[in-house]
Amino acid sequence: MSPLLIVICVLGGLLLIAPGLIWVERRLLAVWQDRYGPNRAGPLGLLVVLADTLKLFFKEDWIPPFADRKVFVLAPAIVVITVLMSFVIVPFSPGIIVVDLNIGVLFFLAMSSMGAYSIILGGWASNNKYSLLGAMRGAAQMISYEVFMGLSLMGVVLITGSFSLHDIVEAQRNMWFIIPQFLGFIIFLIAGIAETHRLPFDIPEAESELIAGFHSEYSGMKFGMFFVGEYIGIMLISCMVTCLFLGGWLGPAFLPPIVWFALKMFAFIGLFILLRASLPRPRYDQLMEFGWKILLPLSILNLVVTAGIILWNES
Amino acid sequence: METTLDPTERLKQKFGESSFVSQPAKDGITTLWLALNKVKDVLLYLKTEIERPYILLFDLSAIDERSRKKDLDYPSDNFTLLYHLFSFERNSFIRLKIALRGEFPTVPSITKLWANANWYEREVFDMFGIRFEGHPHLRRILMPETWQGNPLRKEHPARATEMGPFRLFDEKQDREQAALQFRPEDWGLATHSEDSDFMFLNIGPQHPGTHGVLRIVLQLDGEDIVDAVPDIGFHHRGAEKMAERQSWHTYIPYTDRVDYLGGVNNNLAYLLAVEKLAGIEIPERANVIRVMMCELFRIASHLVWYGTFAQDIGQLSPVFYMFTDREKIFDIVEAICGGRMHPNWFRIGGVAQDLPKGWDVVVKNFIDYFPKRLREYDAMVMKNSIFKARTVGIGIFTKEEAIEWGVTGPGLRACGFDWDFRKKQPYSGYDKFDFDIPIAHNGDCYDRAVVRVEEMRQSLRIIEQCWKYMPEGEYKADHPLTTPPVKKHTMQDIETLITHFLGVSWGPVIPAGEAMSCVEATKGANSYYAVSDGNTSPYRVRVRTPSFPHMQMLPYISKGYTVADMLSILGAMDYVLADIDR
Repeated sequence: MSPLLIVICVLGGLLLIAPGLIWVERRLLAVWQDRYGPNRAGPLGLLVVLADTLKLFFKEDWIPPFADRKVFVLAPAIVVITVLMSFVIVPFSPGIIVVDLNIGVLFFLAMSSMGAYSIILGGWASNNKYSLLGAMRGAAQMISYEVFMGLSLMGVVLITGSFSLHDIVEAQRNMWFIIPQFLGFIIFLIAGIAETHRLPFDIPEAESELIAGFHSEYSGMKFGMFFVGEYIGIMLISCMVTCLFLGGWLGPAFLPPIVWFALKMFAFIGLFILLRASLPRPRYDQLMEFGWKILLPLSILNLVVTAGIILWNES
Repeated sequence: METTLDPTERLKQKFGESSFVSQPAKDGITTLWLALNKVKDVLLYLKTEIERPYILLFDLSAIDERSRKKDLDYPSDNFTLLYHLFSFERNSFIRLKIALRGEFPTVPSITKLWANANWYEREVFDMFGIRFEGHPHLRRILMPETWQGNPLRKEHPARATEMGPFRLFDEKQDREQAALQFRPEDWGLATHSEDSDFMFLNIGPQHPGTHGVLRIVLQLDGEDIVDAVPDIGFHHRGAEKMAERQSWHTYIPYTDRVDYLGGVNNNLAYLLAVEKLAGIEIPERANVIRVMMCELFRIASHLVWYGTFAQDIGQLSPVFYMFTDREKIFDIVEAICGGRMHPNWFRIGGVAQDLPKGWDVVVKNFIDYFPKRLREYDAMVMKNSIFKARTVGIGIFTKEEAIEWGVTGPGLRACGFDWDFRKKQPYSGYDKFDFDIPIAHNGDCYDRAVVRVEEMRQSLRIIEQCWKYMPEGEYKADHPLTTPPVKKHTMQDIETLITHFLGVSWGPVIPAGEAMSCVEATKGANSYYAVSDGNTSPYRVRVRTPSFPHMQMLPYISKGYTVADMLSILGAMDYVLADIDR
C-alpha cells in the first residue's frame, strides 16, 4: 500500500472510532449499571455519536475572559496531536504501519510525555483554582507514571533487542510476551491507565472533588478535543499493550491479522471501561505512594531479573 | 446528705430556693425558669458538677412571646431563651427558660461552655435579633447578610404578599453581589502563614460533591486544609415560621420536606409532640404501621447515602444499584401512601388510611429480596480496598468530641456509644420490637459507614416483625382532636355537625401548653418542640435537626486533611441541606 493511503486510513479510522467509543463506553457502562444508556437516536442509539459531535461543533466557542488566550487554545490541540503522532509507529498488521521507526518505543514514550503539557497548560491557562489543582495533580501523576511505564516495557525490549514495534511483534511468534513479562504487562497496563487518566486514576479530573479538574473551563469543540484525545489515548494504550505483550496481529490464520489486532485492542478498551464501572478513586498521595513505593521497585526488579536471565542464557 | 438526684432539688440547694420557678410541661420534661444573670453558672453546674451531668447541649432557641394569648402565670412577655440539655446517664432532658426584657435583648454567650452553641446562638441572633455577648463570631447564619429584619419575630411578615412586590434594582443587585464576596478577614482567617500564601477554594454552592446548595470555603495550603468555613442557609425556607401560620394539621406536609430523605420520620417527630399536647393515645395498629413506614424510609435514606458516598469516593456504579433498590421501597410506599418521597401520610392520632389489600405481599417481597443485595454491596463497596484506603482513619472524632459538638445518630454510634432513642426512650412502641443497635469503635468515616450498613439490616428485621405481627384494630385514634376529625358521630344533630365542620375547616384546637418529641431519625436525633397557646395553629414550633450540629463540626474534623478527604468526610456525615437549613 502506498504510505499516503496508510496515513489516510489510520487517521480516518482513528477519528471515526474515537467518537464511536463514546457510544461503546456509554452502552457498556449502562449494561453494567443496570440501565439502558443512549438507545433513542438511530439503531441501538448509534446516532448519538453524530448528535454529540454536532452539538459540540455548534456550541459557542467561548474563551473565559480571565484565561490566557493563546495557551488556552493551544492546550487541547497538544493532546490530540501527540496521541495521533504516537500512532505513527503502531503496526496494525504486516505492512500497515505508517513508519517502522527503529526507535518506535522511545518515540511513543516521548510523545506521551509531551501529552502531559496539555494538562498542565490547559489547567494553568484556565486561571481557575479547580483547574490549577487538577493540573498540578495531573502533572505529578503523568510524570511519575511515565517512569514506570518506560521501565516496565524495557523487559520486552531486552528480549527482542529492538525498539521497533514491528520487530517486537515478530519476536512473539513462539510465545506472547505476556507470559515471560507478566509483571511488566501488569505495570505497563496500570501506568497506561494512569497516563490516560481514566478511573480509577482520573485524579486530575476527579468529578466529585474538582468538578472537571483541568478542563473545567473548556466547552464546545475545545472540550471535544480533550474528550477525543482521551479516547484516542485509550486506543493507543490498548494498541501498545497488544503489540508489546499480546503478539500484535499474530493469531491463528482463520482470521486476517488486522482482525486479530482489532479484537485484542477492543478487549482492552472493554477492560478500561469495566475498570471505570467498578473501582473507586484513590487519593492523590496514595496514588503517588503506590507508584513510587510499589510499582517502581517492581519494575526495576522485573528489568534486572529479565536482564539477568538473558545474560545467563547467553553465557 | 445529698441523696436526691432530682435536678430541680439539686439546683435549688445549690443556687437558692428562689432562683427557679418550675413550669409543668405536657411532655414531662423538667422545665425551669431562671434569671438571666444565673444562666452561665447554672449551665456550668449542670454540665460539669452535678452527678450524672447534662453533657449534651441538645438545642438552643428562643420564642417571641409578644403576641401570645395573655396568661398571668406565664413569666415571660417579650422573648424567652430556651435551652434543652440532655444527660445520657440519666436518660433525660432538662429545659431551661429565661425571660428576656426589651426589644433587642442581650444575653451572655455560652460558646466557651459548649462548642456547638456557636451556630445555635448565631441562629437565634439571625432569627430573633437577640445578641450574645462574648460570641466569637456573631453574624447571620441562615439569612443573607443584607436581609432586613429577623424572620422569627412576630412582626416579620410571613408571606410574600405581606412584603410588597419584589424588585431587583441594579444597585440592589450590586449590593447583594458585593455581600457575597468572601473576605477571609471577616472570618478570622489569615491569608498567609510564615512560609506560604493560602489559597481559598470555594466549594459550592454549585458543586457535584456537596449534594445540595452548600458552600464551603476552604483555606488551603497546597491541597491540605488549614481551615474550612461552611456557609449554610441557601436551602432555608422558614419551616419554623410557616408552622405559625399553618393549622396543626396542615403543617404535616411541610415536615416531610425538612429531611426530605427521611419521609415519614419527620411526620412522626412532629406528630409525637402534637399528640403529647393533645393527650392522644395511638392505637396499636397505627403505631405498628408508623414504625414499619419509618423503617422503610430509614432504609431508603441510608441507600441514598450509601450510593452517593461511594460516588463521592469515585465509584460510579453502586449509586445506580442502590437507587434501583430505593425505587423498590418507593413502590411499597406508593402502594400504601400514594406518595413517594413526601408521603404526607401520618395524621394527628394515627395514619391517613388503613393499609391497602395486599400490602403484606409487597413488603414480604422486599424482605426476601433485600438481604442478598446488601451482601452484594458489602463485597462491592465495604470490602473494596481503595474504598477502605479512602475512609479508614479519616475524619476521626471521639465520643467526647461528638457529644461536645452535639453529634447524634450513626455518627455517635460509630464512636462506640450505643445510644439510640428508639431503644433508650422508646416511642411508638419500639420497645416491643427485637432489634440491635449496631456500633463501631474508631469513629472514622469507614465506621460511620459500617454502622449505617448494619442499621439497614436491623431496620429490615423490624419491618419483618411488623409484617409478621401486624395487629388488627383502628388505624386512627378515636379522639376529637385527631385529623381528619372522626366522622361517625357527625350526622346526629347540629352540634356534632358544627364541631365536625370546624374540625375540618379550621382544624383542631390543641390545648395550650408545650411539648417536645425526640425521635431517632435517619440522620440522628430529630426533635420538634411545639408551643400552643390554645389556638388552631401552633404558637411556635422549633425544629431541632441532626444535620445542623453535624455540619457545624466540619471545620473541626477536616483540618489537616486534603480536599479529597473532605469529600469522604462530607459523604460519611450523611447530611441533607434542607435538614440543616430547614
